[in-house]
Amino acid sequence: MRVLKMMVRQPAALFGLFIVVLVMALAVAAPLIAPYSPDEQMFDGLTLEGAPMPPGGQFLLGTDTLGRDLFSRLLYGARTSLLIGLVANGIAVSIGLLIGILAGYLRGIFGNILMRFTDLMMAFPALLLAIVLAALLRPSLWIVAMVIALVNWVQVARIVYTETRGLVERDFILAERSLGAGHVRILFHHILPHLMPTAIVWGTLGIATTVLLEATLSFLGIGVQPPQPSWGNIIFESQSYFQAAPWLVFIPGAIILLTALSFNLVGDALRDILDPTQRGRG
Amino acid sequence: MTVSALVTPPVLTVDRLCVDARTPEGLRRVIDDISFALAVGETLCIAGESGSGKSVTSLAIMGLLPKASLQIAAGSISLQGRELSRLSNSAMRSVRGGDIAMVFQEPMTSLNPVMSIGTQLTEAIREHQGSEGKSAEAVALRMLDAVEMTEPARRLKQFPHELSGGMRQRVMIAMALSCRPKVLIADEPTTALDVTVQAQILKLINGLKREFGASIILITHDMGVVAQMADRVVIMQSGRIIEQGDVVPLFNAPRERYTRELLAAVPRLGAHAGTDGPPRVSPQTAPNPPLDPQPILTVQKLAVTYGRATGWLFGKTPSLPVVSDVSFEILPGQTLGLVGESGSGKSTTGKAVLGLIPLDGNVVIDGRNIGGLSQRQMRPVRRCAQMIFQDPYASLDPRMAVGAAIAEPLIIHGLANKGERDDRVAELLRRVGLPPEAASRYPHEFSGGQRQRICIARALTLGPKLIVADESVAALDVSVRGRVLDLMLELQETMGLAYLLISHDMAVIERMSHNVAVMRSGRIVEMGSRRAVFEDPQDAYTRALMKAVPIPDPERRQAS
Repeated sequence: MRVLKMMVRQPAALFGLFIVVLVMALAVAAPLIAPYSPDEQMFDGLTLEGAPMPPGGQFLLGTDTLGRDLFSRLLYGARTSLLIGLVANGIAVSIGLLIGILAGYLRGIFGNILMRFTDLMMAFPALLLAIVLAALLRPSLWIVAMVIALVNWVQVARIVYTETRGLVERDFILAERSLGAGHVRILFHHILPHLMPTAIVWGTLGIATTVLLEATLSFLGIGVQPPQPSWGNIIFESQSYFQAAPWLVFIPGAIILLTALSFNLVGDALRDILDPTQRGRG
Repeated sequence: MTVSALVTPPVLTVDRLCVDARTPEGLRRVIDDISFALAVGETLCIAGESGSGKSVTSLAIMGLLPKASLQIAAGSISLQGRELSRLSNSAMRSVRGGDIAMVFQEPMTSLNPVMSIGTQLTEAIREHQGSEGKSAEAVALRMLDAVEMTEPARRLKQFPHELSGGMRQRVMIAMALSCRPKVLIADEPTTALDVTVQAQILKLINGLKREFGASIILITHDMGVVAQMADRVVIMQSGRIIEQGDVVPLFNAPRERYTRELLAAVPRLGAHAGTDGPPRVSPQTAPNPPLDPQPILTVQKLAVTYGRATGWLFGKTPSLPVVSDVSFEILPGQTLGLVGESGSGKSTTGKAVLGLIPLDGNVVIDGRNIGGLSQRQMRPVRRCAQMIFQDPYASLDPRMAVGAAIAEPLIIHGLANKGERDDRVAELLRRVGLPPEAASRYPHEFSGGQRQRICIARALTLGPKLIVADESVAALDVSVRGRVLDLMLELQETMGLAYLLISHDMAVIERMSHNVAVMRSGRIVEMGSRRAVFEDPQDAYTRALMKAVPIPDPERRQAS
């Protein structure tokens, strides 16, 4: 409740929160709101020359090259993209946190092995890895989410590792040890809370990149399988018609941008609100 | 003050200066209407505790106030009649380093770590004198010679990390004086240095003042340094000048109450001469309970070696003995003062005694030898031996509320339920002189002294018999320091605590200790009762240490 109250006080955070909630609500309520089925190719969705319809008129945001209603596809696409953005990204941040914190805290041989593995993953072209994984496993929404998580944890692990190493050297950790605190207590009560700002910022920044990575995979045919829409594959399907039907790229593009921005705003506000050292300051 | 200072006009005048800080709530005055003048060839000490505005004053003179947060609101700063506060940035740049130079507290961070000493020196010289190539180098060499650096030619090629703290500060002074400034501002120039090095640097500054004819503004919190260096003193508190005047009258007969308190709080070496234990502070007059002859801590042939860990892929790193052959014991209710300069191994000894780092030799706490114990086996030992660290802010988890931090030892040792914990926290807070509401606040909301009280409360949670206090008051202002030390003494009297008190400060050691051990280069060079060590030191190093401590009495100033 306190978090919500403090967030409402900041206009930027409030705006972000509003958009995030709105997008989520629209995604959940897609079947109720969508005027058409997202997969239905409609005869009157195309002009007589066979070109997509511009926004306005019968179709609120126009139609795509196959005569499907863009608005409906965006609503259903939000389900896919948000799921990927939140779940895949959440898993990536969690893996990164776990590996980074263990490597930074344990050091020694185990820590070294973990970090060399991370370096290896970092050096490996992420897209190639995703392609291999997606090709081995039959593409589906959940597989795509897993693949993205497995590619995206690396940077988080690196940053968390560096931060953890710094934290371990701090006096208050030594103070904990002098009290007799065990590893679990030190890790979860004294190191993890300090990594939350990093996790939150990376988590929210990662949403946009994850949505776009999913689009890239879809474009390569190994992402979400058509006709299931996602924001990313709507853009990629239509990019060759960019000059004839710019709305097919601009509208979903703007929506991704706005959503990513909103998540970032919420994340920044959350980071400040959850930081007790900021309490009682400006 | 010399007679000529009265005749010739002052070199620097600060007149009704006000500085405002920008805060989210609007402007806040941090320097309020201060005026002083610096006579030619004079040393003016600006003394005050943290937050008094002494450093802001020096930055204002240098035109280095961070524009985003601080601004001069009113008043003037004039250097030989030239108004500085309204100069443009580029004009101010030629004044800085040219007419006014500055030496900062931390020489390591004020030197560029990737440039050689020579490059940094010649750069400063060229900047202001335009001398080319060889001649700048010659000046640099001469300057290093002037600050009494050994092997100046070799130093020019060295990098800051290859020099000791004292040598780095000499380089900073050489750099500052290389353009023959009229005014040298030294902001806590010796605070980060050992006491023997401090004595050398202060002596050097005094000598150079005459040689270079510069006037000096020395900013310090240390009244001993003030007594040693100042011709005149400005005492500041909360952005205001409380009192200013010549040093001898100010020390002998301070007019203002704050000055009197400040001077009274200064620990004086030798103040406890002729007594055996530390002074009693608690009201009851009952003598200390009869001492248990069984020592609470016995250390035999302790040795600590760094760099034993093997790195993966890189093999063994060379080992370096930090502490060797250290033996001592502490009786219950007594204090052993462990004194030494940086690098003497005193902090390492403190950590080793609590088993926080790998050690060789025997450490017996309350009858249990801690050598080879696992973390789990150490737990019962930890209940009777606790530690208080130097920096109370760094040693408290900034994201944990104070009450939770104090209760944590009970949770770790599984000792009390929620209600009992809350009661214990409230009692401990009261015991160290903090209100019970403090429990729900976070460390950053407290002052330095309060934070150290929190750390003490935390160390007391488990009811220990021995506390290792590592430089526990070094980061505190002098007035606060006295109160925290009093608290520690009182706790010792009422709870029968034994302290291993680690400090570089001879006065603190003298006030607190029953017995004293002097460490140097990882070994104990002298050990004995406080009276024996302080009144009749046997070792030459102990004598040098004591002689180097600045005496807070301008009339007993050591000849320089």
